[in-house]
Amino acid sequence: MAHELPYIAAIDEAIRLEMERDETVLYFGQNMATTENEPYVDAFGKDRVRVTPISETAEIGIAIGAALAGYRPVVELYMAEFMLVAMDQVINEAPRFRAMSGGQVKVPLVLKAGYGFTAGWAGQHTGTISALFMGVPGLKVAVPSTAADAKGLMATAIRDDNPVVYLHNYLLTLEHGEVPDGEYLVPFGEAAVRREGGDVTIVATGWTVDRALEAATRLAADGIEAEVIDPRTLAPLDTQTILESVERTGHLVVVDQATRHASAASVIAAEVAEHGFSSLKAPIVLVTALDATMPYSEPLEQFVLPSEDKIVAAVRQVLGTAPVTA
Amino acid sequence: MSRAGERGELSRERLVWMYEQMLRIREFEERVKRTFEEQPGVMRGHTHLADGAEASIVGSIATLGPSDQFLTTYRCHGYPLVRGTDPKAMMAEIYGRRDGLCKGIGGSMHLTDVATGFMGTSGIVAAGIPHATGVAWAAQIRKQGQVVLCFFGDGASKQGAFFESLNIASLWKLPIVFVMENNGYNVHTRTEQEDANRANGEDLSVKAKAFSMPGVTIDGRDPIAVYETVGAAVDRARADDGPTLVESQMYRLSAHGNIIAPPGVPLHFPEHEAIEKFGAPEEYEAAKRGDPVPAFRGRLVGDGTLSAEEADRIAESVRREMQQAVSFALDSPFPEVETALEYVYA
Repeated sequence: MAHELPYIAAIDEAIRLEMERDETVLYFGQNMATTENEPYVDAFGKDRVRVTPISETAEIGIAIGAALAGYRPVVELYMAEFMLVAMDQVINEAPRFRAMSGGQVKVPLVLKAGYGFTAGWAGQHTGTISALFMGVPGLKVAVPSTAADAKGLMATAIRDDNPVVYLHNYLLTLEHGEVPDGEYLVPFGEAAVRREGGDVTIVATGWTVDRALEAATRLAADGIEAEVIDPRTLAPLDTQTILESVERTGHLVVVDQATRHASAASVIAAEVAEHGFSSLKAPIVLVTALDATMPYSEPLEQFVLPSEDKIVAAVRQVLGTAPVTA
Repeated sequence: MSRAGERGELSRERLVWMYEQMLRIREFEERVKRTFEEQPGVMRGHTHLADGAEASIVGSIATLGPSDQFLTTYRCHGYPLVRGTDPKAMMAEIYGRRDGLCKGIGGSMHLTDVATGFMGTSGIVAAGIPHATGVAWAAQIRKQGQVVLCFFGDGASKQGAFFESLNIASLWKLPIVFVMENNGYNVHTRTEQEDANRANGEDLSVKAKAFSMPGVTIDGRDPIAVYETVGAAVDRARADDGPTLVESQMYRLSAHGNIIAPPGVPLHFPEHEAIEKFGAPEEYEAAKRGDPVPAFRGRLVGDGTLSAEEADRIAESVRREMQQAVSFALDSPFPEVETALEYVYA
């Protein structure tokens, strides 16, 4: 059985279910649990649910400590960029302790943060910084694009014995979707094929998955069948599913809301270039944000972002069917 | 002299044990340092020694109960020795060997021994303070009366992690004691050059005022003073009365660490910064005269707690123990290279 939920509520459902199931799950962050009658406080008490000051270094560092001591903290960070003030804890502390201790400790924690809020939030609250984390050994990175995955990946993140950066896309906050009832886990490292097609492979994450699907619908009108793959987690990355698809289609477009050299798309392209070169019938094309500080003004923001039009054009380019332009 | 505040008197046996632990730290660190000359190439990277901090380490760790926990800085060799970690496994770790405490992956800066409550070591200044605070939150939730000791240096008290963590620890009344080991230098910089309190003639423990927690400064070269002060803070934390900041003043008797050099350049410990950088050998000589290890021996022998012969026997047994640690570590093979990938993910 399933029920319909907005993406953001699906995340919430996963956290609640995991907190009910496992009393070692903690949930804390800024501007939450400030009154006695908030649902989490009411359900789980102030030992496990706490408001913190605006102190990301301490919030994440405390989560590491609690994880070392046997708990499973979920840190509510709101905006991915807020992790930037605490990058030592995210990149050089949480994922290091297990290895540095020779396997004596584990650090099961979830850093929950929204990203990609390209809705007029201008230069400092709109970034897609997921690729910063995907290359850090010891970290896992989840980037759900549907309500069902939002729930299933959060549940898996909380049960994982490693630090997980869980990034929800702010543009998807109110997107509704069917969400399985009760316990629901989406495994890490298993891409979802959102649409099947034999002519071109489009890999997209987060908000760009729906853009890619819309582009595929338009291309289908011209007889071009695109396969759309959503990796769902960037670490671990399911390169196998992508390579198998490229083996059939011979063409690859990778879409990312991030800027080009800071994108997961460039990593995916490199993997396919190395391991799938013989399958490729044309160079890989990336559709990423343009290299700019995200502008506030709407037409400028749209100009910088990847779009359906840009994806359609990229597919036509790799297939050699691009209309001749001056 | 054996007075120990509300914790009661320290027994003769306990005082002798404390002296022995101080000697064990000193001897272990001397052997680490000598390795650079005696076994060139065996030790890599950067190593930091605790000579000068023995009294503070022993006095602090001695206050802990069996289920209490602690986290430290990269200058981390002393604490686990006192807590019962095998020096053979520690030396093997520092030599990068298979029988190392952390399987040769952590090295000198990242010793960890969960079995004794030593939960981990960050090599980044102040980064471990929030970790210890989180361990204390876990202890508060678990409600089994555990207390956490958080060790860090004077330099760390200028990092945001320090301010953020002490604020939360006080706000949440966490069962933790923050032990700031002020050895007068942050790497090669004197405290008065980088600390506003010190520059204005105040103790660093005044920082506690900003977090509405008690702050106290003590002579960290006196193990009994440390034991009394940290012990009172531990008791306070255990009674759910919240954290304390203890500034334990001491003098680091070795340089910050061995020289920083690219591969191929033999490593060694330079002279202390007072001599090498500030041209103040008299400062260093004065610190040597206040060396806590011979001072505590003199005190115990002087008041009849320990005979000179017994003190010599302890020293001899400690020398043997640490020689065995060195021999064991040298005999331990390197780890299988594939183990580099074994502990990346749980």
